[in-house]
Amino acid sequence: MSTPIVELKNISISFGGVRAVDNVSLDVEPGQVVGLLGHNGAGKSTLIKILSGAYQKDSGEIWIDGQKADIRSPRDARHHNIETIYQTLALADNLDAPSNLFLGRELTNAFGFVDDAQMEAETRKIMARLNPNFKKLKEPVSALSGGQRQSVAIARAVYFNAKILIMDEPTAALGVHETKMVADLIHELKSQGLAIILISHDTREMMELCDVVSVMKNGQMVGTERVEDVTEDEILSMIILGKKTPDAKAS
Amino acid sequence: MSATPDPTPAPKRNLLQTLEIDVRLLGMVAAFVIICLIFNILTDGRFLTARNVFNLTIQTVSVAIMATGMVFVIVTRHIDLAVGALLATCSAVMAMTQTLYLPEFLGLPLGHPLVPWIAIAVGLFVGTTLGAVQGYLVGYLAIPAFIVTLGGLLIWRNVGWYMTSGATIGPLDPTFMKFGGINGTLGETWSWIFGAVATLVACWAMWSARKNKVVHGFPVKPIGAEYAMMALVGAGIMGFIWVLNSYQIPAARLKRMFAARGEEMPEGFSAAYGLPISVLLLIAIAIAMTLVARKTRLGRYIFATGGNPDAAELSGINTRMLTVKIFAIMGALCAISAVVASARLTNHSNDIGTLDELRVIAAAVIGGTALSGGLGTIHGAILGALIMQSLQSGMAMVGVDAPLQNIVVGSVLVAAVLIDIIFRKRAGLK
Ligand SMILES: Nc1ncnc2c1ncn2[C@@H]1O[C@H](COP(=O)(O)OP(=O)(O)OP(=O)(O)O)[C@@H](O)[C@H]1O
Ligand SMILES: [Mg+2]
Repeated sequence: MSTPIVELKNISISFGGVRAVDNVSLDVEPGQVVGLLGHNGAGKSTLIKILSGAYQKDSGEIWIDGQKADIRSPRDARHHNIETIYQTLALADNLDAPSNLFLGRELTNAFGFVDDAQMEAETRKIMARLNPNFKKLKEPVSALSGGQRQSVAIARAVYFNAKILIMDEPTAALGVHETKMVADLIHELKSQGLAIILISHDTREMMELCDVVSVMKNGQMVGTERVEDVTEDEILSMIILGKKTPDAKAS
Repeated sequence: MSATPDPTPAPKRNLLQTLEIDVRLLGMVAAFVIICLIFNILTDGRFLTARNVFNLTIQTVSVAIMATGMVFVIVTRHIDLAVGALLATCSAVMAMTQTLYLPEFLGLPLGHPLVPWIAIAVGLFVGTTLGAVQGYLVGYLAIPAFIVTLGGLLIWRNVGWYMTSGATIGPLDPTFMKFGGINGTLGETWSWIFGAVATLVACWAMWSARKNKVVHGFPVKPIGAEYAMMALVGAGIMGFIWVLNSYQIPAARLKRMFAARGEEMPEGFSAAYGLPISVLLLIAIAIAMTLVARKTRLGRYIFATGGNPDAAELSGINTRMLTVKIFAIMGALCAISAVVASARLTNHSNDIGTLDELRVIAAAVIGGTALSGGLGTIHGAILGALIMQSLQSGMAMVGVDAPLQNIVVGSVLVAAVLIDIIFRKRAGLK
């Protein structure tokens, strides 16, 4: 077992009185896909937003590459090579796909001006890999379909050579073909040694894509299992009942 | 399915798409032309004389300069109600610097070559700083811009009053007054030269944009359309210069100018005003602000933040600092407008810039800046300012009563926004 690149230790955060994440720990190794499962409102998005710098944890520690990391903003997370696909996609609707892809990291020319032509060409290249049908590079992304928008968000996360990739329901709006391409992409990135945290409600998909699945319920961690050690039913039971074996001892 | 599928079917393009002309802009230009023609008929041709075009232009500059900054403010979903008051404070500071502080404390008399520049530098510093302070209150302390600048409106208007005790301060430095319009023009020859250079630069810009597209293999419009656009732009620029150059300086004024130099005016001598320096200033600001909006990271972040503030923040953009920068730019532009406005009046008066906040916001909004954020153009705002000023002066020339003038301008503002909403719905935007 290699050493984890991400270690979340005893993370907690509250909104008002609600403990959205309650003393949760999670490790991810390079080249590993960790699946995060749980019912709606379990705290999955909140947990990864702490790692991506969108939220500030109340307590707990984040360790990156064996060193304690101080992540206070999305900028800090980017400095640690953490890229995130948010559930809400986080796109500026009035800008086109290339502007969104490079938002915050625009390519510039010798005069320091943004180089739109270069960014468009790069976007074309990466989109050819992710979603070859994608042609609307000049339109504002508000004019795109849900799946096309999702493709832009995915492209943005994978373009910049992340070491740690967080994907919050990346395939929720995608068609069968596009979902397959994202699955291929995850396999490819994994083989390149990226650490990936994947959130999804599709248990079967998670069993196929992930090495390890972690289940959250009501802000707490129910458990973490290697996929070869559990059945889909056991995972479902963890999600719904908060324990691995339903009535195992009772019956 | 067809037997020979075309991978990239060429979409049908109409003339406007071929020329890549913004339909909305075209609508505004059309509205402007119609307004001009109607007033020209109503005034028996007095509206479109060289003299009136000249006056209209210099009257628009001050509001137009501030409107370019208001675009950034409104695009990021803020508002600035304090621009007229900030203009007054900057104007007061600059007037006091020229006429009191520099002569009294540094021994530099009015007319000393350094005086106007020191005064302008002080004004710019004050405007930028006060703008930045407002931006800090909005960005970092999260007080709504409406409240901060409503407070600013009261504060700055009365800081200016307090500084000058409400007195009119003038006359100002002669060099300083050249920025006002009629007292500082390029003259015929230099205006033509400027027009020619501007035409060449515009054509070069269009050509290099085209070349850049070709390099990256993007579609370009037909070469004929490109030449047609260049011809149109060139004709527009040179036509404008021609009109300004045909406004002759009145003989009496010329005589005084010669007398001031201790010379006798030669018989039959005539000269035209040409391009006012204030207009040159507006053009420079318009180009700079357009470059910022379209070609810099700052501009990209302004529009991204307006489109989706959360997405901007999650993309690593420091939206708080961005707010400070935007209001600082707005403050600097207020100071520049203060130079133009006080120079045009040849003095600082206590009520300078009163109600300018409303004119500036109206110009930006008529020019297509959406209050919901994320949308707006610099040239639109300037055209908006021009339309407002044309309405106002046109009605004054026709002899419409003052209350009716304001009623019309108010109605036009609301109607313009309504038309914009309908247009955007039809076009499938937002
Ligand atoms: N910004 C916020 N302010 C207040 N409460 C919040 C905020 N963000 C999340 N919560 C609360 O925290 C809890 C966890 O939300 P979270 O979005 O993490 O759930 P999730 O597991 O991602 O659910 P889903 O599967 O629906 O995406 C919920 O009860 C939610 O209401
Ligand atoms: Mg979620």
